[in-house]
Amino acid sequence: MSVHHQLSAADLTLGYGDRTIVDKLSLAIPPGKFTVIVGANACGKSTLLRGLARLLPPSAGTVYLDGRAIHQMPTREVATLLGVLPQTPVAPDGITVADLVGRGRYPHQGWFRQWVAADDAAVAAALQATDTLDLAGRAVDELSGGQRQRVWIAMALAQETELLLLDEPTTFLDINHQVEVLDLLTDLVQQRGRTVVAVLHDLNLACRYADHIVAMREGKVAASGAPAEVVTAELVKSVFGMDAEVCDDPVSHSPMIVPVGRHRVKPRLKAAAE
Amino acid sequence: MSATQSFAPVGAVVAVRKRLQRRYGLVVLGLAVLSLAVASLAMSIGDYPLPLGDVITSLLSPFTGNADAANDFIVLGVRLPRVMAGLLSGAAFGLSGIIFQTILRNPLASPDIVGITTGASAAAVLAIIIFKWSGLGVSFMACGGAVLTALLIYGLAWRNGVTPYRLVLIGIGMAALAGAVVSYLFTRARIMEVQEALSWLTGSLNGATFENLTPLAIALLVLVPLAALLSRSLRTLQMGDDAATALGTRVEFSRLGLILVAVLLAAFATAAVGPVSFVAFIAGPIARRLLGPSSNALLPAALVGGLVTNAADFVAQHMLGRNQLPVGVVTGALGAIFLIYLLAAAHRSGRGG
Repeated sequence: MSVHHQLSAADLTLGYGDRTIVDKLSLAIPPGKFTVIVGANACGKSTLLRGLARLLPPSAGTVYLDGRAIHQMPTREVATLLGVLPQTPVAPDGITVADLVGRGRYPHQGWFRQWVAADDAAVAAALQATDTLDLAGRAVDELSGGQRQRVWIAMALAQETELLLLDEPTTFLDINHQVEVLDLLTDLVQQRGRTVVAVLHDLNLACRYADHIVAMREGKVAASGAPAEVVTAELVKSVFGMDAEVCDDPVSHSPMIVPVGRHRVKPRLKAAAE
Repeated sequence: MSATQSFAPVGAVVAVRKRLQRRYGLVVLGLAVLSLAVASLAMSIGDYPLPLGDVITSLLSPFTGNADAANDFIVLGVRLPRVMAGLLSGAAFGLSGIIFQTILRNPLASPDIVGITTGASAAAVLAIIIFKWSGLGVSFMACGGAVLTALLIYGLAWRNGVTPYRLVLIGIGMAALAGAVVSYLFTRARIMEVQEALSWLTGSLNGATFENLTPLAIALLVLVPLAALLSRSLRTLQMGDDAATALGTRVEFSRLGLILVAVLLAAFATAAVGPVSFVAFIAGPIARRLLGPSSNALLPAALVGGLVTNAADFVAQHMLGRNQLPVGVVTGALGAIFLIYLLAAAHRSGRGG
């Protein structure tokens, strides 16, 4: 991919009804990088992702895709540049894996441009990348949670967009599959030059895989930057309201957060925490 | 990127797609053959039995000029319009039902359950009992009633967009309300009018003529191509609003268009033959079951609708003793059993519809 597409938000305010969730937030997604959004429950991280993906119209402010207001662009055109895996997509009853992943080709098709060989190739590549090729003929309802999640990711991949936004792509997955999915997303960034934005729950995996981390608190950006530069015990305290030690991840040398609770804590740390 | 792909994975994907296409083709072909078989039976069996050869001769008589007044009257004047009424109204009900069920992601959400056909009925009964109308006037009212009910449901369900769940609940409420209107009108009516209204309410192919089928036929000519155009977005709407938007579907526009098409289909079918119960409700699920793991079931559902209506009419006319019943009695009984089965099956699999 040659020219990178730019995604940014300016004074973005998002909410449902009268309730404001994301408040005058501005940020720029670094192109060609893996950006991870973290934060406590209800801090607005999923809402922000939905806003960036034009799934939720802003109550104020603007999301820009290549300098154009994304909500004013034809949604079909956006869909060829930006793919989204929403949090709770619905698999139609009885649909097969290949059929579901094939729906990712929708924005590339039209009434006059039906299914072609390139579509089969894109579906096969997406299935192969997510290690779900063996499941191609199976019904999605019969799969395990982990398999299903990988199939949904395959659908977003089949869309073949340079920007890919994923809302908690690792929920329902065992730790090994979580790592596989994050490795896969990293491959997309490093080998194919894609821009990936994901909301993640697991702070340590976020710190390990993110090129750029965005920590959110109460609808605002509390900190953003490379994990090694911004993730500190103070930040964890302010974002999650929890004491923690931050040490060196022995595998990746990224910051590793070790929570400090009320129990099972060595006396020295306990005294320090109190 | 496709250049770097080896052949094998693409082959696996193509194989799955081909398998689904083959099954789709077989199902459509099978339904078409069955429909033709039932239509042939219906045109040759009756109080005035005709061998199939004579039926075909009569059907072709406008082109060949080989006229036989008695046969031609039975075939072209009575049985063909009846079969066409069953096919067209069944197809319209089936198509309408599957569009509703797919869009609202709920097998219970067919137009006869969310109040569209009940709304049509209330308007028709109003026309029969209060305005003393009959014929096309009643059909016109039924059509208007269906559209008005749909608009009310959509308006009441609207809150920054429409969620399927709210549409279904408000629809069920509207069905109850329209049912109450029908009951109230009955208390105001004379027994003769009640009888006429009741026979309309059951839904019947009796007395079908080409004249009173014309509006439905024209509606189908317009609405079927529209449904075909919109069926592309139906495939993404099935996956939820967020996923549909993510894939580039204009969600509110497509949903409103599809609902409009489905409402008009149900409205014109109801206007032509009355609210033949449960055809819209069962056609989609039967088509889906035949197709197995596939999802573009619009055409098969339309075929199932036509087939079920004509088969039920055949049963009602010839297989239930001396009394010829209206088709709605048979589809109603069939549909009720199917509803119980569907609820039980959904309950067992924990999906609850």
